[in-house]
Amino acid sequence: MTVVCALSDLLPDRGAAALLPSGEQVALFRTGAGEVFALSNIDPFSRAAVLSRGIVGDLDGVPVVASPMHKQHFDLRTGTCVEDRAVSVRVYRVRVEAGQVVVAA
Amino acid sequence: MQKTLVVVGNGMVGHRLVAAVRERDRAGEWRVVVFGEEARPAYDRVALTSYVDDWDAGRLALAEHDRDVEVRLGDPVVSIDRAACTVTSASGAVLGYDALVLATGSYPFVPPVPGHDLPGCHVYRTIDDLDGIRDYASRIRRGRRAALVVGGGLLGLEAAKALRDLGLSPHVVELAPWLMPLQVDAGGGALLRRLITDLDVTVHAGTGTKAIERDGERLVAKLGNGTELDVDLVVFAAGVRPRDSLAAAAGLALGERGGVVVDSACRTDDPHVWAVGECACVGGRVHGLVAPGYAMAEVVADRLLGGTATFAEADTATKLKLLGVDVASFGDAHARAEGALEVVLNDAVSGSYKKLVLSDDASTLLGGVLVGDASAYAALRPLVGRPVPVDPVGLLAGAEPAGTLPADAQVCSCHAVTRAAVDGAIAEGCADVPALKACTKAGTGCGSCVPMLKRLLGEAGVVQSKALCEHFTQSRVELFEIVRTTGVRTFSDLVARHGTGRGCDVCKPAVASMLASTGGGHVLDGEQAALQDTNDHFLANLQRNGTYSVVPRIPGGEITPHRLMVIAQVAQDYGLYTKITGGQRIDLFGARVEDLPAIWRRLVDAGFESGHAYGKALRTVKSCVGSTWCRYGVQDSVRMAIELELRYRGLRSPHKIKAGVSGCARECAEARGKDFGVIATEHGWNLYVAGNGGFTPRHAQLLVSDVDSATLVRLIDRFLMFYVRTADRLQRTSAWLESLDGGLDHLREVIVDDTLGVCADLEAAMARHVESYSDEWRGVLDDPDKLARFTSFVNAPGAPDPTVTFREERGQRVPVLLGVPEVVG
Ligand SMILES: Cc1cc2nc3c(=O)[nH]c(=O)nc-3n(C[C@H](O)[C@H](O)[C@H](O)COP(=O)(O)OP(=O)(O)OC[C@H]3O[C@@H](n4cnc5c(N)ncnc54)[C@H](O)[C@@H]3O)c2cc1C
Repeated sequence: MTVVCALSDLLPDRGAAALLPSGEQVALFRTGAGEVFALSNIDPFSRAAVLSRGIVGDLDGVPVVASPMHKQHFDLRTGTCVEDRAVSVRVYRVRVEAGQVVVAA
Repeated sequence: MQKTLVVVGNGMVGHRLVAAVRERDRAGEWRVVVFGEEARPAYDRVALTSYVDDWDAGRLALAEHDRDVEVRLGDPVVSIDRAACTVTSASGAVLGYDALVLATGSYPFVPPVPGHDLPGCHVYRTIDDLDGIRDYASRIRRGRRAALVVGGGLLGLEAAKALRDLGLSPHVVELAPWLMPLQVDAGGGALLRRLITDLDVTVHAGTGTKAIERDGERLVAKLGNGTELDVDLVVFAAGVRPRDSLAAAAGLALGERGGVVVDSACRTDDPHVWAVGECACVGGRVHGLVAPGYAMAEVVADRLLGGTATFAEADTATKLKLLGVDVASFGDAHARAEGALEVVLNDAVSGSYKKLVLSDDASTLLGGVLVGDASAYAALRPLVGRPVPVDPVGLLAGAEPAGTLPADAQVCSCHAVTRAAVDGAIAEGCADVPALKACTKAGTGCGSCVPMLKRLLGEAGVVQSKALCEHFTQSRVELFEIVRTTGVRTFSDLVARHGTGRGCDVCKPAVASMLASTGGGHVLDGEQAALQDTNDHFLANLQRNGTYSVVPRIPGGEITPHRLMVIAQVAQDYGLYTKITGGQRIDLFGARVEDLPAIWRRLVDAGFESGHAYGKALRTVKSCVGSTWCRYGVQDSVRMAIELELRYRGLRSPHKIKAGVSGCARECAEARGKDFGVIATEHGWNLYVAGNGGFTPRHAQLLVSDVDSATLVRLIDRFLMFYVRTADRLQRTSAWLESLDGGLDHLREVIVDDTLGVCADLEAAMARHVESYSDEWRGVLDDPDKLARFTSFVNAPGAPDPTVTFREERGQRVPVLLGVPEVVG
């Protein structure tokens, strides 16, 4: 379990990246509805560590982030790519404890 | 053995014939050699009058053939030896042929009035003719200048427009009692006269020209009705005659009124010799329009490759815009059929005349005439010879008859495309007009069938959904109006009140752009920051390895050595890959997110501002060096470019906007490849709009000419604001203009003539933009909250992204791309 930041460090409907002790990067998202999600920060299509910089929104009610590189969408709950279901990114377990965002890693 | 096809004449029809042969001749059966009398590549003669807009012959050029076609320009054929199957050209070349196609067109008919050959008398057929008229007109040194056009048909009115655009006052003399007697009836002619007279053209109908006499430096034209006109220049536009003398000398048969006699295969009685276009007499008729000529070209191309096509009865329907007045005529316009009935709607108030001609039992549409408003043309023309679908008065008043258009009706007469072909293309996936154009060629000729194409798309159920995305059913234009008029200032408010869900990467940046172009404020203020694409979020351009590039504004491309050194030093210190852009500035690549503020601190301190290379916004106004240095420059293009770039910097728009200013007609700034382009003239500036490079390059089109600097800026203000307000998301100006009903003419009406009365509002909106501009990067540097976002990691603010690495290439750093990331379990 790693405390990565305070919940207040995350802007609603926007992502931020955090560096884990292992060297992995997670993309944290706080939706306007108040939920927090964590995915791998690395866009599997471009291989760049940019997913946290994508626009957060919903498609058909599913919370998604759009990769800033080529705009594929990833389901924030499952990491699955909406346009290509064979592709997904890792999902990290995340919760908020006493105003702190904690990632299971 | 390859056979040789010799084509005599490189006009519109000869050009089409060669294109059609090349398209069909996959096996390379024919070697193609074209002789052209005119020394320039084939051009669009139908659009000849628009040459006066910019004197750019290149714009009129028809598509070039592939390299295997041999085109000998400026070398007319002077004789044909049919026994030996050879032609001889003016340069002395003798060439054998297996097939010979005559496509020599027509020559202008000059009535034998005394004085017709005096200096100052011209004809109107070629680019060279127009150059001659321009040259002569430029030498007239006096205030009010006048010109006489002999002939009030299509050609005469085209000539009158050209002369008016050259600054002369035209008089048109027509022998018949009304203008365009071939196309329109007396009622239509009367309205046409009224509309044309309103446009400063004096009409003398029902009289001829008796003589032209010299009077000092001027000419006096004496008309049959006793009128004497003092003019500076005369243009004969009294019809054309087929150029058949070459054929006659070779012993080929000519028609009663001239023209090379051919059968329905367009072949003469010599099986090796064919004739197409205006020089051909087919079925006893000579045709003076391009569509029948194109149809003949297709027939001969088919025949040369073993086909059996024949030339059916020609469609003489025409739709024209003469001096801005719509005129259309189709089918039996003069109601010559036995017992034909006429239904007329003559609206003198709105200035439109519409007539339908019906069969004696009122069941079949035979033809019609439209003057002043020809919008019904696309729907009516294909119905000729078919049952009248609805009550004829309703049809004239604009009822939609498309549903009943039969499958074999011709939608596009320029390219002979039937409704069935269009429907087929739609079924195969063409979902918009550009796709239909590319796939069927329909709409790529005169363009008059484009409204019909739209209608057929609609009927086929291809709903051109205007919805921005799943969160908003409104189009961008509608949302813009909502934002502008309701004062909604946040996305969450807008989506709550006018949309559904939480938004996405389509609607959020689009709304962010609308908020930016309506209200000012910093693009990263408050909730707006979360709406921005990563480029706008970090005010830099994302590159493929997750780093960013930095582009400081260099207005007009002018930069001092000192500032150049600042850029060089920053690039050196941060290891940035440096490249000169196409827009006359410098792009610095490979900047890490956390370095952006420090890089910009140094740039801002040296006086640089954001270049908005990351935004859908004004990018650059490129310039040539202009009259300050250049020996040829006639205006100070650099000063104007800087003024324009500073005026519109920071303007958020549906797509990026690029511009250029050239100091003379040599056009070194390539302004005509820009969204707006300015080219200096002796007297001021010409303004071109809606060009672009990119995937589908388009030349910008002339909006106004010879305006002074203040007028220029005012018109660009209006143009840009109108575009910002009414274009779709990610629609460049060229696609926007194409989608405007009425195209360039409509745009001119709105932003030059102010027919919608919106110009004051557009100007005021631009004034607010100019007033409220401030540099976005300075805004970030001055605000600790905004600065805090420029980190790679929320839990390690100073740490660089460890996945970003570089290698060297040609002395600079370039990205090393990551392998597919391993998913650590
Ligand atoms: C101002 C204007 C407006 C017009 N508007 C319309 C319109 O709106 N709609 C419409 O349908 N039509 C219009 N037309 C008519 C249209 O341009 C013609 O129908 C069309 O150009 C005919 O094509 P063509 O190839 O038969 O003849 P042309 O285009 O005249 O080409 C014939 C070519 O052959 C060359 N030639 C002649 N003799 C020889 C030789 N011995 N050797 C080599 N070359 C030779 C000529 O120099 C010429 O270049 C307009 C014409 C003009 C002038």
